[in-house]
Amino acid sequence: MAVLLTAQDLTTNFYTYEGVVRALDKFTLSIDHGCTFGLVGESGCGKSVTVRSMLRVIQSPGVIEGGRVLFSEQAGTDPIDLLELSEEEMEGIRGDSISMIFQEPNAALNPVLTIGYQVAESFLFHRTAQMSTRICEKIDGGVSFGLLTPLYRAMLSIAAKSPKSRFLKACSRIPLLRRWDTPVKDEAMRRAVDIIGKLGIANPEEIVTRYPHNLSGGMKQRIVIAIALACHPTLLIADEATSNLDVTVQAQILQLLNDLKKESISSILLITHDLGVVAETCEKVGVMYAGTLCETGKVEEVFSRPLHPYTQALLTSVPKFHQEGELQSIEGSVPNLVYPPSGCRFHPRCPKAMEQCSIEKPELKELRKGHFVACHYAEAQVGGLV
Amino acid sequence: MRKKILELKGLEKHYPVYGGVFKRKVNSVKALDGIDLDIYRGECLGVVGESGCGKTTTGKAVINLHAPTGGTALYYPENGEPVDIAGMSNRQMKKAGIRSRLQMVFQDPTTSLNPRMLIKHIVAEPIKEQEKLSARELEAKVVSILEMVGLSRMHLMRYPHEFSGGQRQRIAVARAIAASPEFIVLDEPTSALDVSVQAQILNLLDSLRKDLNLTYLFVTHHLLVVKYISTRIAVMYLGKCIETCPTDELFMNPLHPYTHALLSGIPNPEVTGNSSRIVLEGDVPSPLNPPDGCRFHTRCPFCIDICRREEPALIDVGGGHSVACHRQDSVAALVEERYGISGYC
Repeated sequence: MAVLLTAQDLTTNFYTYEGVVRALDKFTLSIDHGCTFGLVGESGCGKSVTVRSMLRVIQSPGVIEGGRVLFSEQAGTDPIDLLELSEEEMEGIRGDSISMIFQEPNAALNPVLTIGYQVAESFLFHRTAQMSTRICEKIDGGVSFGLLTPLYRAMLSIAAKSPKSRFLKACSRIPLLRRWDTPVKDEAMRRAVDIIGKLGIANPEEIVTRYPHNLSGGMKQRIVIAIALACHPTLLIADEATSNLDVTVQAQILQLLNDLKKESISSILLITHDLGVVAETCEKVGVMYAGTLCETGKVEEVFSRPLHPYTQALLTSVPKFHQEGELQSIEGSVPNLVYPPSGCRFHPRCPKAMEQCSIEKPELKELRKGHFVACHYAEAQVGGLV
Repeated sequence: MRKKILELKGLEKHYPVYGGVFKRKVNSVKALDGIDLDIYRGECLGVVGESGCGKTTTGKAVINLHAPTGGTALYYPENGEPVDIAGMSNRQMKKAGIRSRLQMVFQDPTTSLNPRMLIKHIVAEPIKEQEKLSARELEAKVVSILEMVGLSRMHLMRYPHEFSGGQRQRIAVARAIAASPEFIVLDEPTSALDVSVQAQILNLLDSLRKDLNLTYLFVTHHLLVVKYISTRIAVMYLGKCIETCPTDELFMNPLHPYTHALLSGIPNPEVTGNSSRIVLEGDVPSPLNPPDGCRFHTRCPFCIDICRREEPALIDVGGGHSVACHRQDSVAALVEERYGISGYC
């Protein structure tokens, strides 16, 4: 399978009062086309920082220090390094080819704008050119927008070529002429109604006139998903998309994502701390600990035969349907990343820690087919299999 | 014969909604609308349901932290006559020595511990309420309680912010058991914690219950957690208790369609391959105007005419299993027929 997105040696630091927080330390990850990838880990292990670094939406005092994020939208094309693009080019990618569902729908939606406006905004931002072309064709086909139609037609054809041109910006300050984009806005709203309807919300025509506080938690989450899906992204990043929802609503959202994956989006990166969600929806999984990826591979493989001691401990600490005996817990707590442990970052809590672990940072190695582990102990155990 | 510790009869908690020019009471949020529940000594009763179904309100109303607006909550002391605590004022409860018997651990340990108090003072406060001890005795007692929850003497002179989330929750538990209670309401004690820490707290709570002979009311929305720790489960929906039964029985043989939906919606951390689930349509109706008839009928996949008209009563079907559903006899067959689910274990 072709690789869609690769993060290589991604390093992100936060320069805080206390010191430099090394949130991501040479993080490496790759996601294939058409794959649902689950990223799991405890809170504070850098799951959100990872995706925010990939999309370059890290807020100050965070700084991306190094590494590469290679993204190839079509399989087989040369990948582009997202970290080297200009901010303007990056804006064109965010929300278009890569889009993100945020954790807290209440915080992701603007409380003073209508639902319709917020969904239509992504069409206006990324699809103005396409929509203008469509409307030009309509005008040529005989649709009229009043006396100034020929003038609007001329402006729309400019918008079709360069939607951010200065001329159009100037025109939108002049009365009458500023109305050239009304048909574009109408078209965007129509598309918004369309996509909200597709997500299984009853009477979308009415919903678009409402405000976020009028909707329930599950509905708001659907709206956030609608915004993310508006431009048919190649990669959808869901950052704890279902964590704050109830079991029944979570079931609805997960089914929705599953259906959507079949139809439109090519890949999903699902960030969660719920191992159950990963087991049921993902094909591949990556386990993170304190800013590093410690194990990655196929879900069945990693969950049934985990090699890294952290993954093993994490799996035994979750209550299951067939629970036998006491839950095992991991001693100690997540380290302070201002002073990360030397060598392997898990070694102070690791039951299998060896001398080597505190000195040398383990590399991510393929110990079984498609199953990568960063652990000295596992390497010594499995060693010669590959 | 198991001894009861609390008996709830038609317990209600309505929050008034004021409106209009004169701010009269125009409606009420029926957070708890007539709940019948017996809690026995030494058990851990898990209360599950979606958010807004009245789980936390139950927890608070049971120990009279929020005065219930109707119904009775009988407290059976170890020896003596049962007392109705639903109508009692805080002072009366303190005087009768009941307040210290009924304790609570809150959801978020960051907000439930006073940031300006030392751990020593936080844990000592409930002890001081009960008995007069010299400073040295008090400290010895505080240390012994901290040791019970896995902390030590060196933590005495610290403030809550110096601890991790799991340790803070241990302090909250220590504070609850310091008053030597019989009954503790645990309101989502692990939902703010990570899985590895959650396991520590769950094991701690379980061993404390056995050692100190405590009774728990464990409020949570996480069904696998409740399966691990509880001996009996009550499922709530929109201010009503719709099914109560022993834990194993609930997972083997659920009778209410809502329980089926909840159980099938649990993401299973074991990779099994088959995962068919009942996906309910829509959201929980507003507790301002709960639907007529059975409260679940608006989302129930097996709703028939009688469900829209009559509200089902909670009936005992034997083996300590009670359910409130008109079609409880045929639900299991219907679920298997439509969704192909025959069990959750």
